Amino acid sequence: MSGNSETTLMATDRFRELVNIIITQAQELNEELEDKIDVDAREDAPLFGKEGILKSIELVNLIVAVEQAVEDQFDVFLTLADEKAMSQKTSPFKTIGALAAYIEKRMDEEMDQA
Amino acid sequence: MNPSPEKKAGEKMEHPGDYNENRTPVTLITGTSRGIGRFLARHYLGMGHKVIGCSRKPGDWSHDSYDHHIADVTKEKDVKTVLKAIRNSYGRLDNLINNAGIAAMNHMLLTPTAVVERVLNTNVLGTFLFCRESARLMKKHNYGRIVNFSTVAVPLKLEGEAIYAASKAAVVTLTHVAARELAQLGITVNAVGPTPIQTDLIAGVGPDKIEALLKRQALPRLGTFEDVANVIDFFLRKESGFITGQVITLGGV
Repeated sequence: MSGNSETTLMATDRFRELVNIIITQAQELNEELEDKIDVDAREDAPLFGKEGILKSIELVNLIVAVEQAVEDQFDVFLTLADEKAMSQKTSPFKTIGALAAYIEKRMDEEMDQA
Repeated sequence: MNPSPEKKAGEKMEHPGDYNENRTPVTLITGTSRGIGRFLARHYLGMGHKVIGCSRKPGDWSHDSYDHHIADVTKEKDVKTVLKAIRNSYGRLDNLINNAGIAAMNHMLLTPTAVVERVLNTNVLGTFLFCRESARLMKKHNYGRIVNFSTVAVPLKLEGEAIYAASKAAVVTLTHVAARELAQLGITVNAVGPTPIQTDLIAGVGPDKIEALLKRQALPRLGTFEDVANVIDFFLRKESGFITGQVITLGGV
Protein backbone atom coordinates (compact mmCIF):
# COMPACT_ATOMS: atom_id res chain seq x y z
CA MET A 1 0.00 0.00 0.00
CA SER A 2 1.21 3.46 -0.81
CA GLY A 3 -0.60 5.72 1.61
CA ASN A 4 1.86 8.53 2.13
CA SER A 5 0.72 12.04 1.37
CA GLU A 6 2.98 12.47 -1.63
CA THR A 7 1.41 9.54 -3.50
CA THR A 8 -2.05 10.68 -2.56
CA LEU A 9 -1.29 14.13 -3.90
CA MET A 10 0.05 12.63 -7.15
CA ALA A 11 -3.10 10.56 -7.52
CA THR A 12 -5.20 13.66 -7.03
CA ASP A 13 -3.20 15.50 -9.68
CA ARG A 14 -3.68 12.62 -12.05
CA PHE A 15 -7.41 12.63 -11.38
CA ARG A 16 -7.58 16.36 -12.16
CA GLU A 17 -5.59 15.84 -15.30
CA LEU A 18 -7.94 13.06 -16.39
CA VAL A 19 -10.94 15.29 -15.75
CA ASN A 20 -9.32 17.95 -17.94
CA ILE A 21 -8.69 15.43 -20.71
CA ILE A 22 -12.32 14.27 -20.62
CA ILE A 23 -13.58 17.87 -20.63
CA THR A 24 -11.42 18.71 -23.65
CA GLN A 25 -12.78 15.69 -25.54
CA ALA A 26 -16.34 16.47 -24.39
CA GLN A 27 -15.99 20.02 -25.70
CA GLU A 28 -14.96 18.67 -29.10
CA LEU A 29 -17.87 16.25 -29.09
CA ASN A 30 -20.22 19.06 -28.03
CA GLU A 31 -19.69 20.75 -31.39
CA GLU A 32 -21.64 17.87 -32.94
CA LEU A 33 -24.24 17.46 -30.20
CA GLU A 34 -27.65 19.06 -29.94
CA ASP A 35 -27.92 18.30 -26.23
CA LYS A 36 -24.50 19.27 -25.03
CA ILE A 37 -22.49 17.83 -22.17
CA ASP A 38 -22.52 20.38 -19.36
CA VAL A 39 -18.75 20.78 -19.18
CA ASP A 40 -19.06 23.69 -16.73
CA ALA A 41 -20.23 21.19 -14.13
CA ARG A 42 -16.82 19.52 -14.51
CA GLU A 43 -16.72 16.24 -12.51
CA ASP A 44 -20.47 16.32 -11.95
CA ALA A 45 -21.40 16.65 -15.63
CA PRO A 46 -23.73 13.76 -16.50
CA LEU A 47 -22.68 11.64 -19.47
CA PHE A 48 -24.64 8.43 -19.88
CA GLY A 49 -27.48 6.91 -17.91
CA LYS A 50 -30.61 8.35 -16.37
CA GLU A 51 -29.60 12.01 -16.30
CA GLY A 52 -26.94 11.64 -18.97
CA ILE A 53 -27.47 13.11 -22.41
CA LEU A 54 -25.30 10.87 -24.57
CA LYS A 55 -26.76 8.26 -26.85
CA SER A 56 -24.73 5.08 -27.10
CA ILE A 57 -22.89 5.95 -30.34
CA GLU A 58 -21.93 9.31 -28.88
CA LEU A 59 -20.69 7.56 -25.76
CA VAL A 60 -18.63 5.29 -28.01
CA ASN A 61 -17.15 8.36 -29.70
CA LEU A 62 -16.34 10.00 -26.37
CA ILE A 63 -14.77 6.87 -24.88
CA VAL A 64 -12.61 6.25 -27.93
CA ALA A 65 -11.46 9.88 -27.98
CA VAL A 66 -10.71 9.86 -24.25
CA GLU A 67 -8.84 6.55 -24.53
CA GLN A 68 -6.61 7.90 -27.26
CA ALA A 69 -5.98 11.18 -25.43
CA VAL A 70 -5.10 9.35 -22.20
CA GLU A 71 -2.84 6.93 -24.09
CA ASP A 72 -0.99 9.84 -25.65
CA GLN A 73 -0.76 11.86 -22.46
CA PHE A 74 0.35 9.07 -20.12
CA ASP A 75 2.03 6.75 -22.62
CA VAL A 76 -0.06 3.76 -21.55
CA PHE A 77 -2.40 1.39 -23.33
CA LEU A 78 -5.90 1.62 -22.07
CA THR A 79 -9.09 -0.26 -22.83
CA LEU A 80 -11.99 1.35 -21.04
CA ALA A 81 -14.83 -0.78 -22.30
CA ASP A 82 -14.63 -4.09 -20.51
CA GLU A 83 -17.31 -6.53 -19.52
CA LYS A 84 -17.26 -5.30 -15.93
CA ALA A 85 -17.81 -1.70 -16.98
CA MET A 86 -20.73 -2.59 -19.21
CA SER A 87 -22.53 -4.44 -16.46
CA GLN A 88 -21.66 -2.37 -13.42
CA LYS A 89 -24.58 -1.11 -11.42
CA THR A 90 -22.88 2.19 -10.82
CA SER A 91 -21.86 2.95 -14.37
CA PRO A 92 -18.36 4.35 -14.77
CA PHE A 93 -19.81 6.39 -17.62
CA LYS A 94 -22.39 8.18 -15.50
CA THR A 95 -20.49 11.43 -15.02
CA ILE A 96 -17.17 12.94 -16.02
CA GLY A 97 -15.91 12.37 -12.46
CA ALA A 98 -16.99 8.72 -12.48
CA LEU A 99 -15.24 8.22 -15.79
CA ALA A 100 -12.02 9.85 -14.52
CA ALA A 101 -12.05 7.66 -11.41
CA TYR A 102 -12.65 4.59 -13.57
CA ILE A 103 -9.74 5.47 -15.87
CA GLU A 104 -7.47 5.85 -12.83
CA LYS A 105 -8.50 2.40 -11.66
CA ARG A 106 -7.84 0.91 -15.10
CA MET A 107 -4.44 2.59 -15.32
CA ASP A 108 -3.46 1.13 -11.93
CA GLU A 109 -4.61 -2.32 -13.04
CA GLU A 110 -2.55 -2.00 -16.23
CA MET A 111 0.54 -1.02 -14.24
CA ASP A 112 0.05 -3.95 -11.86
CA GLN A 113 -0.03 -6.29 -14.85
CA ALA A 114 3.09 -4.82 -16.43
CA MET B 1 -18.75 17.36 -44.03
CA ASN B 2 -17.70 16.47 -40.57
CA PRO B 3 -17.30 19.69 -38.61
CA SER B 4 -15.11 18.20 -35.90
CA PRO B 5 -11.86 20.10 -35.62
CA GLU B 6 -8.69 18.18 -36.39
CA LYS B 7 -6.01 20.29 -34.88
CA LYS B 8 -4.03 18.01 -32.62
CA ALA B 9 -0.29 18.31 -32.78
CA GLY B 10 1.36 15.69 -34.91
CA GLU B 11 -1.60 15.15 -37.17
CA LYS B 12 -0.66 15.49 -40.77
CA MET B 13 -4.16 15.67 -42.19
CA GLU B 14 -4.98 18.20 -44.82
CA HIS B 15 -8.66 17.52 -45.43
CA PRO B 16 -10.56 16.12 -42.49
CA GLY B 17 -13.82 14.32 -43.11
CA ASP B 18 -13.23 13.06 -46.58
CA TYR B 19 -10.79 11.57 -48.97
CA ASN B 20 -8.26 13.74 -50.70
CA GLU B 21 -7.18 12.26 -53.99
CA ASN B 22 -3.91 14.14 -54.00
CA ARG B 23 -2.86 12.68 -50.69
CA THR B 24 -0.93 9.43 -50.41
CA PRO B 25 -3.26 6.69 -49.09
CA VAL B 26 -2.10 5.03 -45.88
CA THR B 27 -2.62 1.26 -46.06
CA LEU B 28 -2.10 -1.29 -43.31
CA ILE B 29 -1.65 -4.92 -44.34
CA THR B 30 -1.23 -7.76 -41.85
CA GLY B 31 0.96 -10.78 -42.54
CA THR B 32 3.32 -9.14 -45.03
CA SER B 33 6.40 -11.32 -44.61
CA ARG B 34 5.35 -13.75 -47.30
CA GLY B 35 2.61 -14.99 -49.62
CA ILE B 36 -0.35 -12.82 -50.52
CA GLY B 37 0.44 -10.23 -47.84
CA ARG B 38 3.87 -9.62 -49.23
CA PHE B 39 2.48 -9.41 -52.75
CA LEU B 40 -0.25 -6.97 -51.68
CA ALA B 41 2.25 -4.77 -49.84
CA ARG B 42 4.34 -4.45 -52.98
CA HIS B 43 1.22 -4.04 -55.12
CA TYR B 44 0.01 -1.03 -53.10
CA LEU B 45 3.50 0.42 -52.81
CA GLY B 46 3.55 0.24 -56.60
CA MET B 47 0.31 2.23 -56.63
CA GLY B 48 1.94 4.93 -54.52
CA HIS B 49 0.46 4.02 -51.14
CA LYS B 50 2.26 4.42 -47.85
CA VAL B 51 2.20 0.83 -46.60
CA ILE B 52 2.53 -0.42 -43.05
CA GLY B 53 2.93 -4.15 -42.62
CA CYS B 54 3.42 -6.60 -39.82
CA SER B 55 4.36 -10.17 -39.19
CA ARG B 56 5.64 -12.22 -36.30
CA LYS B 57 9.13 -12.28 -37.77
CA PRO B 58 11.26 -9.42 -39.11
CA GLY B 59 10.63 -8.60 -42.75
CA ASP B 60 13.30 -9.64 -45.24
CA TRP B 61 12.49 -6.92 -47.72
CA SER B 62 12.21 -3.15 -47.55
CA HIS B 63 10.99 -0.12 -49.44
CA ASP B 64 11.20 3.63 -48.81
CA SER B 65 7.45 3.88 -48.26
CA TYR B 66 7.12 0.73 -46.20
CA ASP B 67 7.16 0.41 -42.40
CA HIS B 68 7.41 -3.07 -40.93
CA HIS B 69 6.34 -4.00 -37.41
CA ILE B 70 6.99 -7.24 -35.61
CA ALA B 71 3.63 -8.05 -34.15
CA ASP B 72 1.52 -11.00 -33.12
CA VAL B 73 -1.99 -10.25 -34.40
CA THR B 74 -3.48 -12.15 -31.47
CA LYS B 75 -1.87 -9.83 -28.90
CA GLU B 76 -3.90 -6.75 -28.12
CA LYS B 77 -0.81 -4.79 -27.05
CA ASP B 78 1.01 -5.57 -30.30
CA VAL B 79 -1.99 -4.46 -32.36
CA LYS B 80 -2.34 -1.27 -30.35
CA THR B 81 1.38 -0.58 -30.75
CA VAL B 82 1.12 -0.84 -34.55
CA LEU B 83 -1.88 1.50 -34.66
CA LYS B 84 -0.27 3.96 -32.28
CA ALA B 85 2.79 4.13 -34.54
CA ILE B 86 0.53 4.81 -37.54
CA ARG B 87 -1.35 7.49 -35.62
CA ASN B 88 1.89 9.19 -34.57
CA SER B 89 3.52 9.00 -38.00
CA TYR B 90 0.60 9.68 -40.33
CA GLY B 91 -2.34 10.77 -38.19
CA ARG B 92 -4.70 8.64 -40.23
CA LEU B 93 -5.39 5.28 -41.80
CA ASP B 94 -7.28 4.85 -45.06
CA ASN B 95 -7.14 1.12 -45.70
CA LEU B 96 -6.82 -2.04 -43.64
CA ILE B 97 -6.22 -5.39 -45.33
CA ASN B 98 -6.65 -8.14 -42.75
CA ASN B 99 -4.61 -10.74 -44.58
CA ALA B 100 -2.82 -12.54 -41.73
CA GLY B 101 -4.28 -15.97 -41.29
CA ILE B 102 -3.41 -19.59 -40.78
CA ALA B 103 -4.99 -22.78 -42.02
CA ALA B 104 -5.19 -26.24 -40.57
CA MET B 105 -6.24 -29.27 -42.54
CA ASN B 106 -7.10 -32.28 -40.51
CA HIS B 107 -9.98 -34.57 -39.97
CA MET B 108 -11.81 -33.04 -37.03
CA LEU B 109 -11.35 -36.22 -35.00
CA LEU B 110 -7.63 -35.66 -35.33
CA THR B 111 -7.49 -31.92 -34.76
CA PRO B 112 -5.56 -30.99 -31.60
CA THR B 113 -7.05 -28.38 -29.28
CA ALA B 114 -3.90 -26.29 -29.58
CA VAL B 115 -4.46 -26.05 -33.34
CA VAL B 116 -8.08 -25.01 -32.81
CA GLU B 117 -6.98 -22.24 -30.46
CA ARG B 118 -4.22 -21.05 -32.77
CA VAL B 119 -6.48 -20.90 -35.82
CA LEU B 120 -9.32 -19.15 -34.00
CA ASN B 121 -6.97 -16.68 -32.33
CA THR B 122 -5.13 -15.72 -35.48
CA ASN B 123 -8.06 -15.67 -37.88
CA VAL B 124 -10.90 -14.41 -35.68
CA LEU B 125 -9.32 -12.56 -32.78
CA GLY B 126 -6.56 -11.10 -34.96
CA THR B 127 -9.04 -9.86 -37.56
CA PHE B 128 -11.27 -8.41 -34.85
CA LEU B 129 -8.47 -6.58 -33.04
CA PHE B 130 -7.20 -4.96 -36.22
CA CYS B 131 -10.74 -4.00 -37.25
CA ARG B 132 -11.41 -2.44 -33.86
CA GLU B 133 -8.17 -0.54 -33.49
CA SER B 134 -8.09 0.58 -37.13
CA ALA B 135 -11.69 1.79 -37.05
CA ARG B 136 -10.81 3.96 -34.06
CA LEU B 137 -8.23 5.75 -36.16
CA MET B 138 -10.28 5.75 -39.37
CA LYS B 139 -13.28 7.31 -37.65
CA LYS B 140 -11.30 10.46 -36.90
CA HIS B 141 -11.55 11.34 -40.57
CA ASN B 142 -14.86 9.68 -41.37
CA TYR B 143 -13.21 7.52 -43.97
CA GLY B 144 -11.98 3.97 -44.07
CA ARG B 145 -11.84 0.77 -46.08
CA ILE B 146 -11.48 -2.57 -44.33
CA VAL B 147 -11.01 -5.78 -46.29
CA ASN B 148 -11.11 -9.10 -44.47
CA PHE B 149 -10.20 -12.54 -45.75
CA SER B 150 -12.68 -15.37 -46.10
CA THR B 151 -12.13 -18.46 -48.23
CA VAL B 152 -13.98 -20.76 -50.62
CA ALA B 153 -13.85 -23.30 -47.79
CA VAL B 154 -16.78 -21.42 -46.20
CA PRO B 155 -19.36 -21.77 -49.02
CA LEU B 156 -17.96 -25.16 -50.10
CA LYS B 157 -18.02 -26.49 -46.53
CA LEU B 158 -14.83 -28.38 -47.21
CA GLU B 159 -14.14 -31.61 -45.38
CA GLY B 160 -10.90 -31.55 -43.46
CA GLU B 161 -11.13 -27.85 -42.81
CA ALA B 162 -13.68 -27.69 -40.01
CA ILE B 163 -11.82 -25.23 -37.85
CA TYR B 164 -10.30 -23.22 -40.67
CA ALA B 165 -13.67 -22.86 -42.40
CA ALA B 166 -15.44 -22.14 -39.10
CA SER B 167 -12.91 -19.41 -38.27
CA LYS B 168 -13.45 -17.82 -41.68
CA ALA B 169 -17.23 -18.11 -41.33
CA ALA B 170 -16.76 -16.09 -38.15
CA VAL B 171 -14.78 -13.53 -40.14
CA VAL B 172 -17.63 -13.32 -42.67
CA THR B 173 -20.20 -12.67 -39.93
CA LEU B 174 -17.86 -10.17 -38.30
CA THR B 175 -17.61 -8.44 -41.68
CA HIS B 176 -21.40 -8.24 -42.03
CA VAL B 177 -21.97 -6.86 -38.54
CA ALA B 178 -18.96 -4.53 -38.55
CA ALA B 179 -20.19 -3.12 -41.88
CA ARG B 180 -23.40 -2.04 -40.15
CA GLU B 181 -21.76 -0.73 -36.99
CA LEU B 182 -19.05 1.21 -38.81
CA ALA B 183 -21.19 2.54 -41.66
CA GLN B 184 -22.03 5.70 -39.76
CA LEU B 185 -18.30 6.36 -39.34
CA GLY B 186 -17.68 6.37 -43.09
CA ILE B 187 -15.96 3.00 -42.96
CA THR B 188 -16.78 0.14 -45.32
CA VAL B 189 -16.05 -3.47 -44.36
CA ASN B 190 -15.95 -6.18 -47.03
CA ALA B 191 -14.29 -9.53 -47.55
CA VAL B 192 -12.60 -11.42 -50.33
CA GLY B 193 -12.89 -15.21 -50.53
CA PRO B 194 -9.92 -16.63 -52.41
CA THR B 195 -9.73 -20.08 -53.95
CA PRO B 196 -6.61 -22.12 -53.27
CA ILE B 197 -3.53 -20.23 -54.39
CA GLN B 198 -0.06 -21.71 -54.63
CA THR B 199 1.22 -20.43 -51.27
CA ASP B 200 2.62 -21.93 -48.10
CA LEU B 201 -0.95 -22.16 -46.83
CA ILE B 202 -1.72 -25.10 -49.13
CA ALA B 203 1.81 -26.48 -49.36
CA GLY B 204 0.85 -29.49 -47.27
CA VAL B 205 -2.29 -30.39 -49.18
CA GLY B 206 -2.11 -33.29 -51.60
CA PRO B 207 -2.61 -32.70 -55.34
CA ASP B 208 -5.67 -34.99 -55.42
CA LYS B 209 -7.42 -32.91 -52.83
CA ILE B 210 -6.65 -29.67 -54.64
CA GLU B 211 -7.85 -31.20 -57.91
CA ALA B 212 -11.15 -32.28 -56.32
CA LEU B 213 -11.60 -28.85 -54.83
CA LEU B 214 -10.94 -27.03 -58.10
CA LYS B 215 -13.65 -29.15 -59.78
CA ARG B 216 -16.23 -27.53 -57.55
CA GLN B 217 -15.37 -24.06 -58.90
CA ALA B 218 -17.08 -22.69 -62.02
CA LEU B 219 -13.60 -21.68 -63.13
CA PRO B 220 -11.49 -24.70 -62.19
CA ARG B 221 -8.01 -23.31 -61.73
CA LEU B 222 -5.81 -22.18 -58.85
CA GLY B 223 -6.16 -18.51 -58.02
CA THR B 224 -3.37 -15.99 -58.38
CA PHE B 225 -2.25 -13.13 -56.18
CA GLU B 226 -3.45 -10.79 -58.92
CA ASP B 227 -6.97 -12.25 -58.71
CA VAL B 228 -7.07 -11.38 -55.02
CA ALA B 229 -5.53 -7.92 -55.49
CA ASN B 230 -8.14 -7.13 -58.16
CA VAL B 231 -11.01 -7.63 -55.71
CA ILE B 232 -9.25 -5.64 -53.01
CA ASP B 233 -8.50 -2.81 -55.46
CA PHE B 234 -12.24 -2.59 -56.08
CA PHE B 235 -13.13 -2.50 -52.36
CA LEU B 236 -10.48 0.15 -51.64
CA ARG B 237 -11.56 2.55 -54.38
CA LYS B 238 -13.05 5.73 -53.00
CA GLU B 239 -15.93 5.19 -55.46
CA SER B 240 -16.76 1.97 -53.56
CA GLY B 241 -18.14 3.93 -50.61
CA PHE B 242 -21.63 2.49 -51.21
CA ILE B 243 -20.39 -1.10 -51.05
CA THR B 244 -20.16 -2.65 -47.60
CA GLY B 245 -20.82 -5.94 -45.85
CA GLN B 246 -20.13 -7.87 -49.06
CA VAL B 247 -18.08 -10.98 -49.69
CA ILE B 248 -16.69 -11.55 -53.16
CA THR B 249 -15.72 -15.16 -53.65
CA LEU B 250 -13.32 -16.01 -56.44
CA GLY B 251 -13.50 -18.84 -58.95
CA GLY B 252 -17.26 -18.88 -59.36
CA VAL B 253 -18.03 -20.72 -56.15
